[in-house]
Amino acid sequence: MSTDAPAPAEPSTFRKALRQKRFSVGLAITLLLVAFVIVAPYVAPFGENEVAGPPFSKDGTLGTDYLGQDVLSRVMYGGREILVIALFGTLLGMVLGIAIGIVAAYAGGWWDEVIMRLNDVVLSFPQILLALVVLTAIEQPSALILIVLVGVSHAPRVARLARGVALGLVSRDFVIAAEALGEKRSRVILAEVLPNMNAPLLAEGGLRLTYSIGLVGSLGFLGFSTNPGAANWGQMIQENRLALATQPWAVLAPVIIIAIFAIGTNLMADGIAQVAQRGEN
Amino acid sequence: MSDVSTALHDPLEEVAASQRRHGAAAWAWWLLRRLGLAVLTLWLVSVLVFLATATLGDPIRAILGRDYNSNPGRVQQLEELLGSDQSVVSRYLDWAGGLLTGDLGTSLASTRPVGELISGSVTNSAVLVALSALVMIPLAFGVAMISAHYRRRRPDTVIQTILLAIAGLPEFVIGVLLIALLATTVFKVFPAVTISSPTGHPWDNPEAMVLPTLTLVLWVAPYVSRIVRASLLEVIDSDYVELARLKGIPENVVMRKHALLNAIVPGIQVVALQLAFLAGGVVVVETLFSYPGIGLQLVDAVRNHDVPVVQALSMIIAGVYVVVNLVADLLSILLTPRARTAISS
Amino acid sequence: MTATQAPGEGGKVGGLVVEDLGVMLTGKDVDVVDDIDLVLRPGEVIGLVGESGSGKTTVGTSLLGYARAGAVISSGKVLLEERDVLSMHWKEMRQVRGEEIAYVPQDPASALNPSIRIGKQLVELLQLRGIGTSESRLQGARDGLAEVGLPHDDEFLSRYAHQLSGGQVQRVALAMAFLPKPKVLVLDEPTTGLDVTTQAMVLSTMAQLCRTHGVSALYVTHDLAVVANIADRVAVMYAGQIVELGPKDAMFSNPSHPYTRALLDSIPHLSQARALTGIPGRTPAPGARPGGCRFNDRCSYAVDACRSDVPPLAPVAENHDVRCIRAGEIGRWDISLGTVPDADPDRARDVILSVDGLSVFYGRKQVVHDVTFDLAKSEVVALVGESGSGKTTISRSVGGLHKDWTGTISFDGQPLAHGARKRSAIDRKRLQYIFQNPYLSLNPRLTIEQIVKRPMELFGIAKGKEATDRVVELLDQVALGPRMLRYQASRLSGGERQRVAIARALAAEPDVIICDEITSALDVSVQGSIVELLEGLRTTRGISMLFVTHNLALVRSIAARVEILQQGRVVESGPVVDVMDHPREDYTRTLLDNSPRID
Repeated sequence: MSTDAPAPAEPSTFRKALRQKRFSVGLAITLLLVAFVIVAPYVAPFGENEVAGPPFSKDGTLGTDYLGQDVLSRVMYGGREILVIALFGTLLGMVLGIAIGIVAAYAGGWWDEVIMRLNDVVLSFPQILLALVVLTAIEQPSALILIVLVGVSHAPRVARLARGVALGLVSRDFVIAAEALGEKRSRVILAEVLPNMNAPLLAEGGLRLTYSIGLVGSLGFLGFSTNPGAANWGQMIQENRLALATQPWAVLAPVIIIAIFAIGTNLMADGIAQVAQRGEN
Repeated sequence: MSDVSTALHDPLEEVAASQRRHGAAAWAWWLLRRLGLAVLTLWLVSVLVFLATATLGDPIRAILGRDYNSNPGRVQQLEELLGSDQSVVSRYLDWAGGLLTGDLGTSLASTRPVGELISGSVTNSAVLVALSALVMIPLAFGVAMISAHYRRRRPDTVIQTILLAIAGLPEFVIGVLLIALLATTVFKVFPAVTISSPTGHPWDNPEAMVLPTLTLVLWVAPYVSRIVRASLLEVIDSDYVELARLKGIPENVVMRKHALLNAIVPGIQVVALQLAFLAGGVVVVETLFSYPGIGLQLVDAVRNHDVPVVQALSMIIAGVYVVVNLVADLLSILLTPRARTAISS
Repeated sequence: MTATQAPGEGGKVGGLVVEDLGVMLTGKDVDVVDDIDLVLRPGEVIGLVGESGSGKTTVGTSLLGYARAGAVISSGKVLLEERDVLSMHWKEMRQVRGEEIAYVPQDPASALNPSIRIGKQLVELLQLRGIGTSESRLQGARDGLAEVGLPHDDEFLSRYAHQLSGGQVQRVALAMAFLPKPKVLVLDEPTTGLDVTTQAMVLSTMAQLCRTHGVSALYVTHDLAVVANIADRVAVMYAGQIVELGPKDAMFSNPSHPYTRALLDSIPHLSQARALTGIPGRTPAPGARPGGCRFNDRCSYAVDACRSDVPPLAPVAENHDVRCIRAGEIGRWDISLGTVPDADPDRARDVILSVDGLSVFYGRKQVVHDVTFDLAKSEVVALVGESGSGKTTISRSVGGLHKDWTGTISFDGQPLAHGARKRSAIDRKRLQYIFQNPYLSLNPRLTIEQIVKRPMELFGIAKGKEATDRVVELLDQVALGPRMLRYQASRLSGGERQRVAIARALAAEPDVIICDEITSALDVSVQGSIVELLEGLRTTRGISMLFVTHNLALVRSIAARVEILQQGRVVESGPVVDVMDHPREDYTRTLLDNSPRID
């Protein structure tokens, strides 16, 4: 609308998102959970592998698990691996994906075709399958391998989105104007294209983080974690699930905390997505 | 005036002349090209699967663990099965050639042919995925239509909040919560695990199908429903729906004939994506419910480092994705006049 | 089918009466439009004219009892044969829509359903209402298409909207509106974006149909020149109110509202060059409109009373109403007031840019064929043509934005490289490009200061504090205040954005500026002020301009020479006076004849 009265200064995506209830709620949940994961091990009543009583007993707040370890303490210790791997995996996936997507959109033509075709190949693996295929040949995955797996499985999905957003921008006149002035290609990408992508990319980042939590949790649940003895929310479900009827908390506690975590990040992502969508209109 | 109208007829002739003349040939060419791309993708998938499983680590060392050094005979047997003495290229060619002729290799764990080993579970999984899709699609579309009908009013916000909360949950979380709710802790209505005899099928006991199906449905339906709602709303806000209303077309006809038809194409795309998603979701869900399908088998094979089984199963899952995508592309083009006429002209 | 209905035969009174109509934003006490009184007599065409934000489209759809999402009709009556459309039950109102009051949309390309064949869309309403048999409906559709000059065979009926050209789509929309034989027609800018020849065709079709069927029409538009050609009476809207209403001739010979006069002053004429002026400030948005007379803050005649009293719509002559308390005091207006001499065709030319044998390709398709012309120092050369004429393609090739061309483009005698990246920094600096749509050509993430400063930094003209000072200077030259420095482009209006784009071009201190339809996305009053600005820059700085446009009248007021383009070829060229007063080619004549004019 050309006729709007002088509008207030355009606030940043983050500020606009904060005005959304779902974003602020999601952010609060996520921050609280991260704080819990970091602080809890220092205040846990028992050690990570300390036996607190007989297996599957009602001792302690949430009872004990299959080895008689305290469930509450295990939950307090068990978030580190998920958090670290999900966070860095997401970061890696975003960086890779954004780079691939923007280069494909900006280069265009033949390069675009080839890059996106290869992207399709990786896309045809459901994320968990890609991880499993690689884990077949590996005896015991390290945290680094899991991070790379999570990142690589996100990258083509992020790339597809980033390319779509960038395609809408590289044909805009302000990018062409920069080209006509003879700006360096790297500057065109970094100063003209990228800053206009931050809202949709942030939303995608939040969504990817949600999926990362699910993915790392699933891998733990299937028994693929860096250390079989350590506490790990996903793995706890696997270890204790036969006792769901008798000692439900040993399973439900990690399930519920993963659920809260995923809901928090997803709310956050959706809040940003709303802002991004409004920005387009 | 007269010369104006002749000038105007020019672009029209252009459109008319090129239309339909090569319709059939153009379609054949498009299909051929699209099939060719699908084959190319599958080939690259096979390369990726082979490289990931055969070159990233040493599966034999992984299988034998500590026995590796103490049991040279077993090492040699496995090396023979995997053809470890040959180059990577010739091993790939052997394997890929086998795939094409239907020979999927021999399982390292059970030394039985892979094809024989997996055929039963492929059927089981296909039934599970098909059943979930059958429940999910009408459910997701129905919820989307109700939500769009009440846009931004109370029922819509409630539905959207619930969907948003479920949409972020991983499948095992949904599964465990359902088990706790319906099978063990709160109610005891459905069995928590699938038990089927080696000769029978899991659906011989229909009750046992409920929870795995429900888990998969709850896992993907919220996402589909949200996308369909969004595309419905976009269409409802379009100029042509506004014109239809201003023309005096009754609201239910506007919805049915003008809106739904144009909103269904994005719906198809997202359903295709989610079907492929389901193919991945079965891995975790089958493990959770001990459902005898390819997911359970895949996890076992990965744990046992049974390379040939993993290779075969991942090719099948990736293949499903490629085929589903191809069908979705074809359907969207057939349902979008603009795309349809673009091909035939 | 034709002329079976005499004007006014359909009803007792006929036509449509609008009384005290008001539309508000939902849930807020903010008027979008208010106090609208209007009578559409049978067979009469009323032009409802206004710039963006005036509320003209809102009035248009209100006549069908429809308000867009976010707005609600809050008061008034719309009387169709003494029945109030607005207080009808929704079932009855739906019955009225289409059958009695029909609507022709602004952008028919997006208003026809993309997945329903046009034949089906044409008869849809009749079919739903059960009017006629399927054969008679089909025959009606064929007759309707024939009436608007379109083919009406089965092949055409089975097409989709995207298989038609812009003019065809618009005429299908017209045929669709006329098919149920309505009594009243609301047309919402139906020729926006059409070429002049197509526009002329659609307009004459519409006028003819209205006359033969005795239909009253409300023609909503931003274009006074179009209204001058088709309307019986004209209503001018500003900021949600009708400010002047009268017979067409009176409106153009004796406009009595200062806004109408300012609007007319900003419109270029075909017959004579004019010094165009704009209206200072911008149209206030709903909720931000000033008290008293809504035009008082932009009006050169305003006195204190204008700021305190709300003026009524009062007659100044028979049938001629004006909403201005000083209407009787501000003297007469003369159409030739802004006239200036045409550019001198015999002026000595010192060529700075020459294009020789330019052919441009998109892939294998050649879109420009062997075009030759040149541009002298301190001169404006206009490239004029309809869509598909290649005018923008030529300008993009000259500007280095399109690389796939052959021929020679020389700048000061030196050949220019094809793409901007291959050109020297000096060449890039001396040749600047301004884009059509200022909403797309400024990076929304950067501040105005960053945007205007960038060319200076890039070409080493200035940096740091010195550059900022220069930015302030440049903004002043394009009539923008220094407070804009820290603004992002999203806070600016379209006209302000285009000024920033001009400032960015000036920042490089160019010798030649390529202006690609730079006023076509703007309101006519804003166009006037931009043209005024460019003319000033040309005379004070001696900058040459290549001015791409589809508007021949605008050419007369801004350019010295003109190149008329058709399908990628120059069909006629020369000094503006010669070409426009004595066109040699039929095509030029067709363009001139079909251009709407108010002089």
